[in-house]
Amino acid sequence: MSTVYTAINNAEQSRKREFLNGASATFPLLVGAAPFGIIFGTLAEPNGLSALGAILMSLIVFAGASQFIALGLLAAGASIPIIIATTFIVNFRHILYSANLVSKVKHLPHYWRAIMAFGLTDETFAAVNNRYLQQGNLTRAHWFYLGSFLAMYSNWVLCTYIGLTLGNIFPQMQDWGLDFAMSVTFIGMVIPYLKNRPVIVAVLVSAILAIVSHDLPHKLGLLLASFAGISVGISLLMIKNRSSKVGESK
Amino acid sequence: MNESFLIGGMFAVTFSVRYLLFAMAGKIHFPSWLNKALEFVPPVVLMAIIAPSITMPKGELWLSPLNPWLLASLVAVITALIRKDLLTTIVVGMLAFAGLRFGIGL
Repeated sequence: MSTVYTAINNAEQSRKREFLNGASATFPLLVGAAPFGIIFGTLAEPNGLSALGAILMSLIVFAGASQFIALGLLAAGASIPIIIATTFIVNFRHILYSANLVSKVKHLPHYWRAIMAFGLTDETFAAVNNRYLQQGNLTRAHWFYLGSFLAMYSNWVLCTYIGLTLGNIFPQMQDWGLDFAMSVTFIGMVIPYLKNRPVIVAVLVSAILAIVSHDLPHKLGLLLASFAGISVGISLLMIKNRSSKVGESK
Repeated sequence: MNESFLIGGMFAVTFSVRYLLFAMAGKIHFPSWLNKALEFVPPVVLMAIIAPSITMPKGELWLSPLNPWLLASLVAVITALIRKDLLTTIVVGMLAFAGLRFGIGL
């Protein structure tokens, strides 16, 4: 009886530990996401989205890049179906993230998978990916995911609210360049991956194509650059593996 | 009313994309080359977002040592290579950007 009790107690503790580790691993990313959430809030009303609409968008859609693009399109007078179609294209990259995580969620019940899907962002994916790359017991790693997601989510909604308030006090805030916070966060996330030539070339191809195709409609350039970078990377990796096999057989 | 359609529609497409493969997990199996290709996803996708935002911050290509977005990014890259700590990289990069833009006035 007492061993059963201890086992339950341990399970609960390790869930709590995973949850807190997930939140704290995400902390640096919150620092970068906060200014981004704040400018989303400041930009909402000048671009034609009501304060309530901005908060609801952060609560319900929870997708930074596409929320920004939606504001830009609203200001440009784009129709709602066009904005929704653009959101689809911009967020299509999440299918690549979820494909990467499929093998880690397949044992979980569907309500867990739905919560994790809702919380899938660039930042949480990066934090969780590092967790899954570690060795050790991964049976409760979904609590790590939940900790990361809730940290990002509460930060995003809170910063939207702060931005709405600050935007009324400092209307010129949108020119401060706070969007750089997101770029610098993503730079910090990319550098640790650059460990071998296929990845470095893949990233360079992606960068160049993203710049060249920036003017394509609906932000299609993001997808084009991503697929091109991944294709080049996997091709180089296969060539590298093949030539090392040939080398071994001699 | 219009905003409800907008937010509802954005939620529907965003959540479907995020949930589709999770819903099918366990029923699908990826070939090994595809799993290897997916390992390139994080850096490649992030770079596709970063590159235009720092080289064309005002909409047009601006490759110049006077572009504070580009200069501060360089500082961030160097910091990331030396310190290997995300929080340090973000803070130093943002300070560099603030210094260049509001200190020097680039």
